[in-house]
Amino acid sequence: MKTENTNTSVISIKGLKKSFDENHVLRDFSVELAEGENLVVLGKSGSGKSVLIKCIIGLMKPDEGNIEVFGENVMTLSHDELDEMRVKVGFLFQSNALYDSMTIRENLEFPLRRHWDKNTQGNINDLVMEALSNVGLESTVDKMPSELSGGMQKRIALARTLILKPKIILYDEPTTGLDPITGKEICHLIVDMQKKYNTSSIIISHDINCVKITANRIVMLIDGLCYATGTFEELSNSKDEKIQQFFD
Amino acid sequence: MKKASALNNLLSEIGDLYLFIIKFFKEGFKPRYEFAEFFRQCYYIGNKTLPLIAVTGFIIGLVVTIQSYPSLEVFGTESWMPSVVSVSLVRELVPVITALICAGKIASGIGAELGSMKVTEQIDAMEVSGTNPFKYLVVTRVFATTLMLPLLMILCDTISLYGAYIAVDMKQASTFHLFTSQIFIKLTFGDLIPSIIKSLFFGFAIGIIGCFKGYYTKNGTQGVGKAANTAVVSATFALFIIDLIAVQIADIFHIIT
Ligand SMILES: Nc1ncnc2c1ncn2[C@@H]1O[C@H](COP(=O)(O)OP(=O)(O)OP(=O)(O)O)[C@@H](O)[C@H]1O
Ligand SMILES: [Mg+2]
Repeated sequence: MKTENTNTSVISIKGLKKSFDENHVLRDFSVELAEGENLVVLGKSGSGKSVLIKCIIGLMKPDEGNIEVFGENVMTLSHDELDEMRVKVGFLFQSNALYDSMTIRENLEFPLRRHWDKNTQGNINDLVMEALSNVGLESTVDKMPSELSGGMQKRIALARTLILKPKIILYDEPTTGLDPITGKEICHLIVDMQKKYNTSSIIISHDINCVKITANRIVMLIDGLCYATGTFEELSNSKDEKIQQFFD
Repeated sequence: MKKASALNNLLSEIGDLYLFIIKFFKEGFKPRYEFAEFFRQCYYIGNKTLPLIAVTGFIIGLVVTIQSYPSLEVFGTESWMPSVVSVSLVRELVPVITALICAGKIASGIGAELGSMKVTEQIDAMEVSGTNPFKYLVVTRVFATTLMLPLLMILCDTISLYGAYIAVDMKQASTFHLFTSQIFIKLTFGDLIPSIIKSLFFGFAIGIIGCFKGYYTKNGTQGVGKAANTAVVSATFALFIIDLIAVQIADIFHIIT
């Protein structure tokens, strides 16, 4: 098992609690993400995985606990500081969340808006095409999101997440709704990103093949706690029944 | 018990709307300004309502003139027709009609659009990509409706007066020149300016209520329909409240001057 070194951890979560009325989703969750690491979060549907990463990016306010991203406490940041932080953190929504009134090009340009002054039009176009070629969808650049299949939308959403070359990427189920071949390609893309730009990622996934390819380390989110953590081999050989369920 | 909670909901909703308006004034005048989106919204609002407003304005001018003809005829004052009709059109009917059409088309449109963006997490996506969604979506739309309503109203004024001219011409042969000169005996900027100011408030109410309902949509797709629906109802109601207040204020000015 990896030893946690506070110097290199880019995200550090301690004692995170979040409930919706009587529904205690996260009870006392702690985890660290090291620099350059791919961390997979495994958990049943409804166990609070999406809630967890929304708390990290500041879309949801946790009830208690501490979240530090690059050493800064997310909960105490002002809106502007939070924006600064979000440039460095990419987020892939489970529902894709493509802007359906905009073309694919405009969708991809949107995160670049704040850098428009620094970029020339040609430069932006290059970035957009590069992001699209990463996911193999250059031909869709002038289509609307509704004209694409679900899997294509997922890939566009992924391209939009990666276009700013964030240092940390939070993937909420990057391969659901994709065929096994494309799913595998996406997983390799995630690993490539990690190698190429030394990004750190938190990946939420149910797809065991994807987990196998991408994970450096896995945490199991069960009953709102960090139930277990370890590499793919360690957990898949575990005798614990709750863990075994995921690897069958 | 049930009544109390309904009242409670209403009051807390009004409280939330109030906070939303405060937020608008806080965020609305600070950079960065989203001019492109603002102009796109202006174009969209005009484009969407113009045909309807033009036709309705024409019909209202025509109908009001024909309707008031008999009562003026009784006193043998048909020649006052243009001035009487134009004053009631410009002061009250056209601003309210324009606002009602916009409440129906724009407020519901904004409510549905923002509502569906909310439930499909597009607003969250803007937030994480470093664009302030309140500025980008709400501020631009509210400024657009506030600016466009007076413009649309002036346009509707013009068309409705043309409708009135057609009606007058049907009843008693008149010329366009005679008609316009009769109008401007009575109609002054004192009639137009208050209705422009009133329209600014109408536009603000339509924009802010549409955005408010959309921005806080809950409960998935079902909530989107509800947002669009309640946006129209609340905006319409707000229009009449504003109209009521405006007429009182205008009356006070009328007494003073
Ligand atoms: N905005 C919200 N309001 C109320 N309850 C919520 C909200 N968001 C999530 N929940 C609740 O929190 C729990 C966890 O939801 P979450 O979306 O994190 O699940 P998940 O682990 O991502 O599941 P899945 O794998 O199906 O995406 C669920 O029980 C859900 O009902
Ligand atoms: Mg989820």
